[in-house]
Amino acid sequence: MYDVAIIGAGVIGSAIARELSRFDASICVIEREEDVCCGTSKANSAIIHAGFDATPGSLKARLNVRGNEMMDQLAKDLDIPFKRNGSLVVCTKDQDRAGLDILLEKGKKNGVPDLRILERDELMRLEPNLSDDVTCALYAPTGGIVCPFHMTMAFAENAFTNGVSFFLNTKVTSISKTADGYELAAIHTDTEESETFKAKVVINAAGVHSDEFNNMVSSRRLHITARKGEYCLLDKEAGTHVSHTVFQLPSKMGKGVLVSPTVHGNLLVGPTAVDVSDKEAVNTTQEGLDSLGVTASLSVKNVPMRQVITSFAGLRAHEDGGDFVIGEVPDAKGFINAAGIESPGLSSAPAIGEMVAGIVKELLNLSAKSDFIATRKGILRPETLSMEERNQLIKEHPEYGNIICRCEMITEGEIMDAIHRPLGARSLDGVKRRTRAGMGRCQAGFCSPRTMEILEREIPMSMFDITKNGVGGEIVIGTNKEI
Amino acid sequence: MKNYDLVIVGGGPAGLAAAVSARDHGIDSILIIERDKELGGILNQCIHNGFGLHTFKEELTGPEYASRFIEQVEERGIEYKLNTMVMDIAASDASSANGTVTKTVTAMNREDGMFEIQAKSVILAMGCRERSRGALNIPGYRPAGIFSAGTAQRLVNMEGYMPGREVVILGSGDIGLIMARRMTLEGAKVKVVAELMPYSGGLKRNIVQCLDDFGIPLKLSHTVVDIEGKNRVEAVTIAEVGPDRKPIPGTEERYTCDTLLLSCGLIPENELSRSAGIDINPVTSGPVVNDSLETSVDGIFACGNVLHVHDLVDYVSQEATAAGKNAAAYITNGAAKDAKSVEIFPVDGVRYTVPKYIRPAEMDDTLTVRFRVDAVYKNCSIATYFDDTLISRRKRPVMAPGEMEQVILDKKKLGEFPDLSKITIRIEESV
Repeated sequence: MYDVAIIGAGVIGSAIARELSRFDASICVIEREEDVCCGTSKANSAIIHAGFDATPGSLKARLNVRGNEMMDQLAKDLDIPFKRNGSLVVCTKDQDRAGLDILLEKGKKNGVPDLRILERDELMRLEPNLSDDVTCALYAPTGGIVCPFHMTMAFAENAFTNGVSFFLNTKVTSISKTADGYELAAIHTDTEESETFKAKVVINAAGVHSDEFNNMVSSRRLHITARKGEYCLLDKEAGTHVSHTVFQLPSKMGKGVLVSPTVHGNLLVGPTAVDVSDKEAVNTTQEGLDSLGVTASLSVKNVPMRQVITSFAGLRAHEDGGDFVIGEVPDAKGFINAAGIESPGLSSAPAIGEMVAGIVKELLNLSAKSDFIATRKGILRPETLSMEERNQLIKEHPEYGNIICRCEMITEGEIMDAIHRPLGARSLDGVKRRTRAGMGRCQAGFCSPRTMEILEREIPMSMFDITKNGVGGEIVIGTNKEI
Repeated sequence: MKNYDLVIVGGGPAGLAAAVSARDHGIDSILIIERDKELGGILNQCIHNGFGLHTFKEELTGPEYASRFIEQVEERGIEYKLNTMVMDIAASDASSANGTVTKTVTAMNREDGMFEIQAKSVILAMGCRERSRGALNIPGYRPAGIFSAGTAQRLVNMEGYMPGREVVILGSGDIGLIMARRMTLEGAKVKVVAELMPYSGGLKRNIVQCLDDFGIPLKLSHTVVDIEGKNRVEAVTIAEVGPDRKPIPGTEERYTCDTLLLSCGLIPENELSRSAGIDINPVTSGPVVNDSLETSVDGIFACGNVLHVHDLVDYVSQEATAAGKNAAAYITNGAAKDAKSVEIFPVDGVRYTVPKYIRPAEMDDTLTVRFRVDAVYKNCSIATYFDDTLISRRKRPVMAPGEMEQVILDKKKLGEFPDLSKITIRIEESV
């Protein structure tokens, strides 16, 4: 019997696991996908919001601002790529600037520091590619950009290092109450074998599916709608088109889209917002992709949409109530929701982890571990070293001299690190999200056969079992003339 | 730091021919840097025949064609480094006594680590890459089973692995056509080749030999509008496009398949060139060069698919031979004096020319100017003007974007126009 079972290894489940791993407790994380960070956590705006947008007094407001505050220390402790590039909400000449004042007031109530409204002159010095129609903007210097993959993996790896068990490829199918906790029936999606997990406390961090798990144990129904957001990612050549995250002031035409640099130096445009009935529908659409460039041009001029290198869609877990649903379910003791985590979910994740761990600590009367390891090192990036340091590294580990992904200049050494570290990569996407190999302008055209060879050798595994993203996503299906 | 007269970036067909030519024009100190584990470049995975009809007057496979040049490199004892990536090229500000500018090439491999080389001249021969699904903005899911045609070619021809059983191909570039045949021969079913444009992007002979002979349908003016499958491709929907290249509602056809191959154009790989400050032609995505194939940075030359995408390796070899000779002249004689330069203007159906500038005083007796047209032209002529004077008009029964065209300029003729300010090449209706 575990003390705690967490359903879902997205950024929320992983952040909770990491916070809980500070305590003496047996903890497991159960994730249906083959890797951590496979749902909403992998396809979002990659923004650490300042926190002016949410309704004052809401969980979203409180946890966003707290999560934002926690990021500097976390980025340092867990080696997460994070940059406070500042965000702008721009108002165009057709819009009522009173909307900015409302945001400013909300932001102040939420406790967002250093907010101010900038007029066009000052604004254009900060961000020369803003559209000619922009008149003023709300400036939030604490807004930031983060790598959501590395953030999730940092939490998960650190939790793992501190003793949390992770069950990947494991899908929880039902939950039932027992005398001393809960029983979770699960199926291993790779072997199709069943397994039952018992835990005193269950934490529901199942993203768009969190309503389903809540409704298995509680009569207080949740209802989550998957709200699709489509994005275009542009080449690094376009990465300096703006330096701040540029939001649009919401209007009756919709919330608009953001244009932002990513922490790795690309340019991101998106998202759309369309409710979908299929909670797995992460497909992009022609209309969605076509709309992005048009909408982006309202705030930023000449976005080079010809330099798109990939597009993707993510699903926001929108709960009918409109706020995060966090806490012990009143009619299901020991079942704790972290549900309805839509934007600003990524920004709030550190604070949600803290909050939920606090609840569990009280419930189970947990005591702090003496040997908690608070830090974690990410994958070494040789490009951050001097030439002398790099040559020393290559002397000791020649694989750091061998470039595999030529677009992002990722070495064999980094890919081997991604495979062998805690909760290491087992698929091409796993390698990609950890190292960026395959994430550049050729989109893995050159490096995927070579990355496959490294997976085959290092894990080791058969070429036929190597997948893009888990069971069913095999890359090659046989040998020549034998299919 | 090591010193070489000439560093050649890339050991594919362009780099090999450039090296041989530079050696034959008197340059002893040459280093070829190749990122793959063997010389030959993309030819190594092109195991089909049809190479070398112009150069060797016989029909070779890609590896055979490459091996002819590799042998020449070996015979001449030209140095090369394999598994080595060039990370950066920088030209120094200072110039030597004869006007040449030293370049620093930074490269890396397992054995030597990261190291710098000083070179008098550099030839860029990095080749090109394929346009990806992301760059094509194809909507749908992102499962396994979507490959660029070249990646699939590498898996099948070099590693022996089949990427799928039932295949749809988008784009009728030559690699896609070749892979339609290869996948069929290896046991897969190629259901259809869809091409966005109203004409194929590949060579006519490949359409006949790779599609028609195997009964594979080619649907012109069609594109992929949806990809289904959450883990692996399950189906692809194609639709007809109108003259605006936008899908026409109601024309969708769904093909169940497990694989989508993309052969939708090649992009010269000029990240290194850009970092070296070289001017890039937005039409070709390759460096802007003059008659000696010299880029905007003194002493850095370019040839092959990094300069502009070729259809035939024979033309790559010819171009690279010229680049090698010109680099040798730069190393031996120093930078050319500031000779008068005349721009070639591509108009009326001509998309670009390589080279873009010529220096009548410096050029060889004849110069081949290569270009592509922007649409299919039937019974039209290629006309060349020196200022407003018609110099030549050559009738072509058919011209298509998939087949490179050329005009040969004559130095003697140019001599008759000492005040020439521009050259124009255009497509004209035949009279």
